[in-house]
Amino acid sequence: MSVKENTEFQPTIVAFCCNWCSYSGADLAGTNRLSYPTNVKIIRVPCSCRINPMFVLRAFQRGADGVILCGCHPGDCHYMEGNYHTRRRMTLLFSMLNYLGIESARTRVEWVSAAEGQRFVDVMDDFTAKITELGPNRRLEDLRCKKN
Amino acid sequence: MQEELIKRAVELMEDGTVNRVLGWQKGQFVYDITPAVFTSADELKENFVYNDFCGDNLSKYLKDETEKEGKVLVFLKPCDTYSFNQLLTEYKIHRENVYAIGIECYGKADVELLRRKGIDGILDVKNENGTLKIATIYGDEEVPMMEAMAERCVNCKSKKHVAYDELIGEDGEVLDSNRFDMVEKLEQMSAQERFDFWQGELSRCIRCNACRNVCPACTCEKCVFDNPDSGLYNKAAADSFEEKMFHIIRAYHVAGRCTDCGECSRVCPEHIPLHLLNRKFIKDYNELYGSFMAGAEVGQVSPMVDFTMDNDAEPSIVQKGGAE
Amino acid sequence: MAIYKLPYSDLNQLFAAIAANEKLYLPVDISEDEAAFRLWKEGDQMTKKLNTLRSAKDFFFPQVQPLAKFRRQGQTIEIMDDRTESEDFVIFGARACDVRSFDVLDRVFLEEPVDTQYQTRRQHSTVVSLACGRPGETCFCGSFGIDAAKAGGDVQAWHDGDNFYLEPLTDKGVKLIDSVSSLLTAGDQEAVDQVVEKIHTILARLPLAGLKPQDLRDKELETFNSPKWDELSSHCIGCGSCTFVCPTCQCFDIEDFKNGENVERYRCWDSCMYNEFTMMAAGTPRKTQKERFRQRFMHKLVYYPIKNDGMYSCVGCGRCLRKCPIQMNIVKVMKALEEEA
Repeated sequence: MSVKENTEFQPTIVAFCCNWCSYSGADLAGTNRLSYPTNVKIIRVPCSCRINPMFVLRAFQRGADGVILCGCHPGDCHYMEGNYHTRRRMTLLFSMLNYLGIESARTRVEWVSAAEGQRFVDVMDDFTAKITELGPNRRLEDLRCKKN
Repeated sequence: MQEELIKRAVELMEDGTVNRVLGWQKGQFVYDITPAVFTSADELKENFVYNDFCGDNLSKYLKDETEKEGKVLVFLKPCDTYSFNQLLTEYKIHRENVYAIGIECYGKADVELLRRKGIDGILDVKNENGTLKIATIYGDEEVPMMEAMAERCVNCKSKKHVAYDELIGEDGEVLDSNRFDMVEKLEQMSAQERFDFWQGELSRCIRCNACRNVCPACTCEKCVFDNPDSGLYNKAAADSFEEKMFHIIRAYHVAGRCTDCGECSRVCPEHIPLHLLNRKFIKDYNELYGSFMAGAEVGQVSPMVDFTMDNDAEPSIVQKGGAE
Repeated sequence: MAIYKLPYSDLNQLFAAIAANEKLYLPVDISEDEAAFRLWKEGDQMTKKLNTLRSAKDFFFPQVQPLAKFRRQGQTIEIMDDRTESEDFVIFGARACDVRSFDVLDRVFLEEPVDTQYQTRRQHSTVVSLACGRPGETCFCGSFGIDAAKAGGDVQAWHDGDNFYLEPLTDKGVKLIDSVSSLLTAGDQEAVDQVVEKIHTILARLPLAGLKPQDLRDKELETFNSPKWDELSSHCIGCGSCTFVCPTCQCFDIEDFKNGENVERYRCWDSCMYNEFTMMAAGTPRKTQKERFRQRFMHKLVYYPIKNDGMYSCVGCGRCLRKCPIQMNIVKVMKALEEEA
């Protein structure tokens, strides 16, 4: 039996999801039997503001082609104000990455609530499509352990 | 100016206000000046110096100095006073243990800029009415002070002292400088051009950590880059990712606390324009969250730890070109 | 040995001729302020700057050097040796200080156990040195018995504005000169002597010309316990600028980069000025910046000479004098220790 090799570029996407809204949103997508791209690897965090800029950069270092952060809608944070902090921090981080010439479409923040299973799927579909279009991450890549 | 500072320092030591002085010490050449603590009038008279090359920002040393017994006298140039305030805001300095004298500053010279002009073998430099008269082993040279002035001084942000116990000389105003011009120029380039620019600059980094260690805002007891458990630990940038990683994180960590004193660019042995990273953050949060100058006052809340519920921009504006 | 001559304007032809046979590295301007050794390509001009920011030790002891790769596949671990045999290459235009630094490094890396990476690079290199026409105020190579006018290496070179003079000193040097002999004509000793004479007059006028290092070999403990270290180190910010621009600093660390199933092991420069230098399970042996600062200068001025018949591990290139953020450098240390003695 031979397996047909898929030569098309398959991006690796890291999605940081907050425990209270977005992760539950992903769960809801699952219980509703909605499917989202298998490229997306979810990392659950207690709150979107737990995400340190270093997490984003390390994801790229370890092979991510796109990084997306998902949190509760502004105003709905389980910890009252966590996602307001995320909003400022990531705006400035993304702006800096853009300033260094790294494609700004590789990073994104989306607000997904626990009730928005369909939205989670739509967001992931869209982001995966965009990253596939952009191609492999080259400008923020760590080549070690990959060369051969 | 130098004599005046020594005289005042001796007076303050004699009347018991302070027991030591944090200042600048003469070197072997006119430009190799070392920060130092002086404990007697004789030491001051012999070794204290204040000239066009005293660029070192002394405020970071107060972190350790104010832990010691007795009051220390410190001389602060206008831009140093911002760092001083910022350190106070972060509770890094014991204010009661320091007596700060604000001194006027018309910009400091950078010896590397003289070398760029091919001047080497420098024996002496004298500033005569805005012209540097340079004696070298290969003959005498003249350079206008403006041409030898460090970038941070050409684009000086403020001549105003925001903190002092006493002032020697005139106090100035916050200036309308052109310090964001280069940031704007970079923003207008294409992504590829920007990438190439920064790749060219950052690939020269030798990871000596001078930028980090000299920075008055870098006061962590242990840096993530020195912590083997952080996953970011490295002693040399093994590839181009790590060069960027270090500088992005360094600039990000001081964002909202960086007073744009320019020490990072001054000390970089490779002349990487690190201030352009810091200024990008300053420019961004000024545009997005309202005007903010770190260190302008003690106790300010940085835009990096603040938020508004309704008015903050979404991160997606970066893609739409808002903060580009 | 015989002296060869080449019109200065033909220098690029010489570079092309050398580069046709082997890799040629040349100091070129990389920015307004700095020069660095780069692989020569058509059109590159040799810098007019005094010296490169990074020393020539990079050629033999690079800042980052891969050692091995480990790859896990199922139950087996595959080990791949990353070390490579060096190709022949020429370093052109190294200054006397950097040339001497190779001797200093040789005594570390070519002693048992021999560093094979270093050894292969040394064996495959030909060093063409260049006399310093315009030494700077920070130069003090003379203090360590180095003559900036006769720079050594496999071939030593001078130029007097119109002509370039080359003198092979070793077999490797002769071989290199033979390979480009069609470009060269016989040079005269007199012209070279004039250049040397001129450089010597300048060297005598340098502000650090009279500086002589003390022989501290039998004062190891007194120097170690000297009260001067407190003051000297008090404002050191603990960065590694001096170490990384130094041509003779040779400390390194071995690190692993791990990525899932793969590990890459590499060697990188380390600095004794860092607090995590020689970190062990029990912590660091040098807990304060004073101890770290002292270690660096004790190594250069005391420990190394004790082990190497009085040879200092400083070559007076002056890079640390130019690059230290707080301008605390080996000359100030030497002077302070001398004052005390």
